[in-house]
Amino acid sequence: MADEIALLSTWPSMFGMRVRVALAEKGLKYEYREEDLRNKSPLLLLMNPVHKKIPVLIHNGKPISESMIIVEYIDEVWNHKSPLLPTDPFQRAQARFWADYVDKKLYDTAKKIIWSTKGEEQETGKKEFIECLKLLEGELGDDPYFGGENFGFVDVSLVTFSCWFHTFESYGNFSIETECPKLVAWTKRCLEKESVSSSLADPHKIHDFASGVRKRLGIE
Amino acid sequence: MGEEVKLFRTWSSRFALRIVWALEIKGIEYEAVFEDLSNKSALLLQYNPVHKKVPILVHNGRPVAESFVILEYIDETWKQTPLLPEDPYERAMARFWAKFGDDKVLTSVWNVFIKQGKEQEEALVAATENLKFLEEEMKGKKFFGGDRIGYVDLALGFLANLISIFEEIIGLKIVDEEKFPSLYSWMQDFAEAPIIRGNWPPRDKMIVKFQSPS
Repeated sequence: MADEIALLSTWPSMFGMRVRVALAEKGLKYEYREEDLRNKSPLLLLMNPVHKKIPVLIHNGKPISESMIIVEYIDEVWNHKSPLLPTDPFQRAQARFWADYVDKKLYDTAKKIIWSTKGEEQETGKKEFIECLKLLEGELGDDPYFGGENFGFVDVSLVTFSCWFHTFESYGNFSIETECPKLVAWTKRCLEKESVSSSLADPHKIHDFASGVRKRLGIE
Repeated sequence: MGEEVKLFRTWSSRFALRIVWALEIKGIEYEAVFEDLSNKSALLLQYNPVHKKVPILVHNGRPVAESFVILEYIDETWKQTPLLPEDPYERAMARFWAKFGDDKVLTSVWNVFIKQGKEQEEALVAATENLKFLEEEMKGKKFFGGDRIGYVDLALGFLANLISIFEEIIGLKIVDEEKFPSLYSWMQDFAEAPIIRGNWPPRDKMIVKFQSPS
């Protein structure tokens, strides 16, 4: 039986992009449906009644939500190709820990840089964001990827933020490459992979999108 | 080589309690190291420099932090009495409900507890919405894991204890037996289950802890 896979997402979402990267890593064909979050489709509300958010993966009619839970599901089902998690339990725990760190810390600090109306909040966000990236850069060390020799789970969780870097830099007035050169080198290395370059949005389009949101919020 | 398992915890941490339950359900011998979070030990800071929190599981000298990460590590390392189901879709669902518990249910129940007046009424509406999803998920099952306690039960288990403590302190029903029959009976069954029952933090200490302004 052929697998039927659909992904409900929005093009700027770094969370939705994680799923696209994972699907591409596994060489999977799927139907992509762009959602309008100000006018959510009946399908989205049916498939994610709890959070009503994207991304949602629908596999043979069954929905899965929460981006890293989806990525882990994809890794477990299509385990014959490009494993994202290592096999050793301790290494798996490290990978889950750092993906959780990205989820817990990065998004909230980044939000302050681009959506806050107060200068002080933005400065705090910027400081915290740089601290988080530096910690992650330390964790990467001299390995080509967070997964070691191979692109893995933590790489998927973090790389999709990179197409938003230009937007953070522009509104936060700083250079991520100056602060974290090794991390930026890592993003470029990841972009050499087809699964990543075909899944990430164009940074300038993201900037235009963010600008539009800021105008709507009255902060631009 | 003998297994050396240590768990860094506090007497009241509901996150550490998940790990206590998991270790005992699997019959794993461990040493509990109680921390005072106002005076963190050098070992805690060494083992969890990123978050500086409990729980931390240290297995043969190697630390694992974050309760859900620890639960998965335990399940993968000691395969007896599995906590997560085998089927990938069921596993994804278990992870989803566990995360929902922490992200939404815990926060909404906490808001009912700390807020007053109209804000409390609104918080109760939000908590009720969240609890309805759990009620749906519980239907026809004794535990979220099915016939026996599993990953989601351990993730949500604090509810069984904390909610009744909050209800006692604020004099307000959060999980009404009539509105949430399945959830209510799960709370009783879980709280009374052999390993769970023996590990609740002392109720009177908990009431004092949550009654005092912090």
